[in-house]
Amino acid sequence: MAEKKYAITRRKFLMDTARTASAVGIAALGLGGYARVATGVPAPALRPPGALDEERFNAACIRCGLCVRDCPYPTLSLAELGDGVTVGTPFFTAREAPCEMCDDIPCVAACPTGALDHALTDINDSRMGLALISDHEACIAYQGLRCEVCFNVCPVRGKAITLELQHNKRSGMHALFIPVVHSESCTGCGKCERACILTEAAIKVLPFDLVKGKMQETYRLGWKEKDKRGEALVTPDIQHRFNLPAGERYDYYGKGLIEKAENDKGDDAVNKADSPFSANPLDTLNKKGGL
Amino acid sequence: MANARLSIATPGAEAIQLKGWLGAHKWLILRRISQFAILLLFLLGPWFDLWLVKGNLASSLTLDVLPLTDPYVLLQTLVAGMLPISTAFLGAAIVLGFYLIVGGRSYCSWVCPVNLVTDLASWARRKLNIKGSGVAIDKNTRYWMLGATLIVAMLSGSLAWELINPVSMMHRGIIFGMGFAWAVILAVFIFDLFVSKHGWCGRLCPVGAFYSLPGKLSVVRVTADKRAQCDDCMDCFVVCPEPQVIRPALKGEAKGIGPVIMAEHCTNCGRCIDVCAEDVFHYATRFANRAPRNAPKPTPPVVG
Ligand code: SF4
Ligand code: SF4
Ligand code: SF4
Ligand code: SF4
Repeated sequence: MAEKKYAITRRKFLMDTARTASAVGIAALGLGGYARVATGVPAPALRPPGALDEERFNAACIRCGLCVRDCPYPTLSLAELGDGVTVGTPFFTAREAPCEMCDDIPCVAACPTGALDHALTDINDSRMGLALISDHEACIAYQGLRCEVCFNVCPVRGKAITLELQHNKRSGMHALFIPVVHSESCTGCGKCERACILTEAAIKVLPFDLVKGKMQETYRLGWKEKDKRGEALVTPDIQHRFNLPAGERYDYYGKGLIEKAENDKGDDAVNKADSPFSANPLDTLNKKGGL
Repeated sequence: MANARLSIATPGAEAIQLKGWLGAHKWLILRRISQFAILLLFLLGPWFDLWLVKGNLASSLTLDVLPLTDPYVLLQTLVAGMLPISTAFLGAAIVLGFYLIVGGRSYCSWVCPVNLVTDLASWARRKLNIKGSGVAIDKNTRYWMLGATLIVAMLSGSLAWELINPVSMMHRGIIFGMGFAWAVILAVFIFDLFVSKHGWCGRLCPVGAFYSLPGKLSVVRVTADKRAQCDDCMDCFVVCPEPQVIRPALKGEAKGIGPVIMAEHCTNCGRCIDVCAEDVFHYATRFANRAPRNAPKPTPPVVG
């Protein structure tokens, strides 16, 4: 009798345990699935300086907000449910409040877990994102207007953005001052996007990996390899030589053959010295063996 | 005693008569003060620019010197495969040490903001005269939950549980902004009110389950030292969020069980002290648990 009762209670115990375990197991599966969709950052959200890569950051950040508290600017906030960023994790939006690139990086110093890597000691080494001229159709520098606001506000001035002069084909006589971003210096602070004078910024700061391209490992750029080795990797090409009619020289700027100026030795001088042919065409004709 | 039914809707009525309303709510009031004071400390900064405490319950810095870290969150980080820097470990050690003294689940009743919600739900349950305990969920489910949150953290390599944890969501929400998290808190309230009595804190919450672990060893405890005076009014069982912890201490004299509530799930809330008209319960330490002399040796628990 007692044994039977024992068997029943054991059976009940096992059944109850199995039931609880399955219910929790199903909930855990649901949570695992939810974690996959609810973990991440939309492109306009940037992580504070020194943040580990997104995957490790999601394991390391305990969502305490100490970085938010020690940021002297209204830059950082903790994601609320519905923001689209992993809930509770810190982020900022360049267009609203960029990172001011504090010298002492207080946000990193405050982080108790190292989710913001304490190895980051020079704010210029941070890579919160990467700027990108996302719309050259809207950027007024491309229209030939002098703007350069992004160039001027950039804290890594003159390095992260440079102005490249281009010929203004529309007017034919002016220059375009094109802002060009350089990934080796851009920290992704977002100040350029914040400052862009357009209704919708034409320069955007997005997560680094989203912007940065990568060549195949197999690519070799000849001129770089040459620099590395100190000499050409293949037999150098024979220098191109040509003859021009007397008194004319070749203009490289698209005008073709032009009259030679008075004492311009120009290409002729080179030709005279380097040409395998005599200056007198008859010499060539009379040469033994002919042409 | 004639008013047993009335007693369920208003437990402690007798205690109020004897000790006055204040006397019969002493620990409840202190507990509410503690819960709100902790929230206020965190809010002094954002509201009044007075930065005594920064951060939230996951990790905080007090007066720029004292780091505190929730050991459960730290554990999730560890199983997710990250090794945080020493500040986090120091903070977690301080917190663990603190709860080893004041009682593991003191966290639940004196600190946790969700307790305000679930206490409200169980109060409303009594006022609405909702009988029974609703959907029966095993009390140990919370340990399965605790295990599951850690396994999911390990497999997903992220703090998956913190995506939905009502405890951290509510605390962080109040201090840093709530977003849509109020829905999660409302869900807990509705669950406790209509689905399962003490369902969240008493059955499911893995945070409470975690803090019950140091609670097995912790020092400060409630004792039924005057259990001889108990007149079986059952008021303590009605108000206690974990009523199963009371019986061994209160009724175990014959079995040689000491009067101190040694169960890890007692939250040290002190409501039993408040509502007892006979003054049976008091705060004490675990060392006060001397079995009465001449009592029979405790018999080992029988399975079934
Ligand atoms: S570097 Fe300064 S401005 Fe930028 S996020 Fe950190 S504290 Fe804020
Ligand atoms: S301080 Fe560190 S752990 Fe805390 S929210 Fe910021 S990044 Fe996360
Ligand atoms: S994000 Fe813009 S402003 Fe900041 S470093 Fe890069 S280019 Fe400069
Ligand atoms: S036994 Fe008393 S102190 Fe412990 S949880 Fe129950 S009511 Fe609170």
